[in-house]
Amino acid sequence: MTATTAPDRLRRPATPPRAPARPARRTRRSLLPYLLLVPAVVLELGVHVVPMVVGVWMSLLELTQFHIRDWSTAPFVGLDNYRATLDVDTAAGQELLHSFWVTAAYTVASVGLSWLLGIAAAVVLQRPFRGRAFLRTLFLTPYALPIYAAVVTWSFMFQRDTGLVNQVLLDTGITDHRPFWLIGGNSFVAVLVVSVWRSWPFAFLCLMAGLQNVPDDMYEAAYIDGAGFWRRFQYVTLPMLRPVNQVLLLVLFLWTFNDFNTPYLLFGGSAPPAADLVSIHIYQSSFIIWDFGAGSAMSVTLLLFLLVVTAGYLFLTRRRRSDA
Amino acid sequence: MAIGLPKRLLTTAATALLLAAGLAACGDSAEPAGAPKTLTYWASNQGSSLDADKQILQPELDKFERQTGIKVTVEVVPWSDLLNRLLAAATSGQGPDVVNIGNTWSASLQATGAFIPFDDATIAAVGGKDRFVPAALAAAGAAGKPPTAVPIYSLAYALYYNKKMFADAGITAPPATWEDLVTAGRKLTGGGKWGLAVEGANISENAHHAFTFGQQYGGEWFDAAGKATFDTPQNVAAIKRYIDFMAVDKIANPSNAEYAQNQSVSDFANGKAAMLLWQAAGSALKAQNMSPDAYGVAPVPFLASPPSGGKRVNSMVAGINMAVFKHTKNRDAALQFVKFMTSDEEQVILNRTYGSLPSVKTVAGDAAFAAPEQKALAEVLGSTAAPLPQVPAESQFETLVGTAMKELFADAASGKQITEEMVKAKLTNAQQQVRS
Repeated sequence: MTATTAPDRLRRPATPPRAPARPARRTRRSLLPYLLLVPAVVLELGVHVVPMVVGVWMSLLELTQFHIRDWSTAPFVGLDNYRATLDVDTAAGQELLHSFWVTAAYTVASVGLSWLLGIAAAVVLQRPFRGRAFLRTLFLTPYALPIYAAVVTWSFMFQRDTGLVNQVLLDTGITDHRPFWLIGGNSFVAVLVVSVWRSWPFAFLCLMAGLQNVPDDMYEAAYIDGAGFWRRFQYVTLPMLRPVNQVLLLVLFLWTFNDFNTPYLLFGGSAPPAADLVSIHIYQSSFIIWDFGAGSAMSVTLLLFLLVVTAGYLFLTRRRRSDA
Repeated sequence: MAIGLPKRLLTTAATALLLAAGLAACGDSAEPAGAPKTLTYWASNQGSSLDADKQILQPELDKFERQTGIKVTVEVVPWSDLLNRLLAAATSGQGPDVVNIGNTWSASLQATGAFIPFDDATIAAVGGKDRFVPAALAAAGAAGKPPTAVPIYSLAYALYYNKKMFADAGITAPPATWEDLVTAGRKLTGGGKWGLAVEGANISENAHHAFTFGQQYGGEWFDAAGKATFDTPQNVAAIKRYIDFMAVDKIANPSNAEYAQNQSVSDFANGKAAMLLWQAAGSALKAQNMSPDAYGVAPVPFLASPPSGGKRVNSMVAGINMAVFKHTKNRDAALQFVKFMTSDEEQVILNRTYGSLPSVKTVAGDAAFAAPEQKALAEVLGSTAAPLPQVPAESQFETLVGTAMKELFADAASGKQITEEMVKAKLTNAQQQVRS
């Protein structure tokens, strides 16, 4: 019982109790908060909303290099860009669909592995021991490294003849030949490894913070009731981490699905078919060939897909919570 | 403490802050009349680093300022950013006055209408059409239209070969045909060394070779109407010839299939490969401690018996052009600067430093370009080089065909047999993705 009720307290920690408003001088005072909100609203509009609306508008235009200088000359083509890019009977449509499935597999694998590593490390480091601070810092290093330097280093490590990865595989006798990592089928594994390496520290950080909020007496109570490590993990740790997990999985999903930097840096601009992630596919098949309308159509489609997934996810997790 | 302040004061302060921010954003940045003219110049990365370029260019810009009173602020933009930055400047109508562009982008950028066209009057203002090397000027925009830029650095492909490795293998002369190259390559391959180094995952390099081989087999990548013709039998044969260096002849290391960061130049410089097809590799080889005496430079080979329609072309016209944005407020000063950068004196200084070739005819005979490498490149550029298709869809050709070749190299490296059907299927797939 405790396990299911306690998280409810944690779920809405951000709302401070509202002070009762005094009716006197109300009109004059109520102006200030709105005024103070203006910079944030202006920035939000400028940084998020306006570019998004412009992107949607672009996707309805035949915006190529002929019209990039003066968008008003670009012919309005309605949904033609969507039709052209999403038609799976064409070569371009098939490649986009293939890229979508690759990305879906990549995202599921990367988020799953990152979460597993994160929770394992967080649980191991939950109790104080000598060297805990050092391990925490060490585990967080990939998250703190600049992405460019980190991924380029990985690309050197994955090189077939001179890379560290193959050297280790050969020295330990795991393989007797040098496989390719940056081209062909293994490229999926390569980009997945780098992605997990980059994102699991974030999962670790969030879960570690979440574990700080689990009261010790709950573990003690479970221990006295005779629960072993796994039962405590299953009935205390996991339920207590649910609010953290809900946000963490969503954020990791969105970041990973949209990930552009990792494949772009790892494969030098164009990804091999096995690792043709959708963000780099859109970049390669539209922006780099000056078809900005089609690129926007693909981006808007991706945005809609992510919105639907996010909404569905939130709906399901909310419902489960109210069921509980 | 904010709590102690009267609310009205806070409100006023907040309003003032917002207004000030708004006003600053609306502020006009135009220079007052009579102030010394300033130009902004985006240079491409030609030297070993962005800093090196800045140090090479700055004395020349200072010289220009002394001569004309026009100050030029230079920013060296890396190649990975240059096209995106140019597009942003074209879209917004703000940005630099003068820019360097890769000459293969000329027709695409010309279509944006963002640059001042070099019609007869304009080109006369920078010294006249006849000053420029015709092949280089042909790569500055679509045929029949005024060039969208003028060439400043010219380059061509050549065959670089390791003299010692050739001597050790008993090869006396550089190969003049692909058949000879394969024979020589087989002799040179073995013991961890390879006959030829290719940059298999580099899309642009692949596309450049696709063009040259295509020309030799009588293929065209676009028809007269600008429509893509990627999967013709000639083009299939051309691509297969290039991939076969790895797939069939086995004179290129399969590892080259993942090369995209100029590792093939390193392999050549380190003696791991005996031959390299590259444009003006001299400065890069020097940077990797390969002495100019250690390698020879020969024209890129031809087919021993070209098929009908095969052209005697063994390089694209490679190079950098200089363009002026229409949105410049200092058109005359910008053209003056273009004239300065394409003047005899600057052409010698800059091209000598960068190891490229002058784009103007008047200094072609200068002693600065008498080294064997420059002589070989000039010979190619003057006689057997042709510009890449000057059509707006050219960048699609580079991306799609270059990627198809990257995938074919990956297949070849993993031991798959490369058939004509496979090549044709890849090229058909690429062609279907071209948007017109």
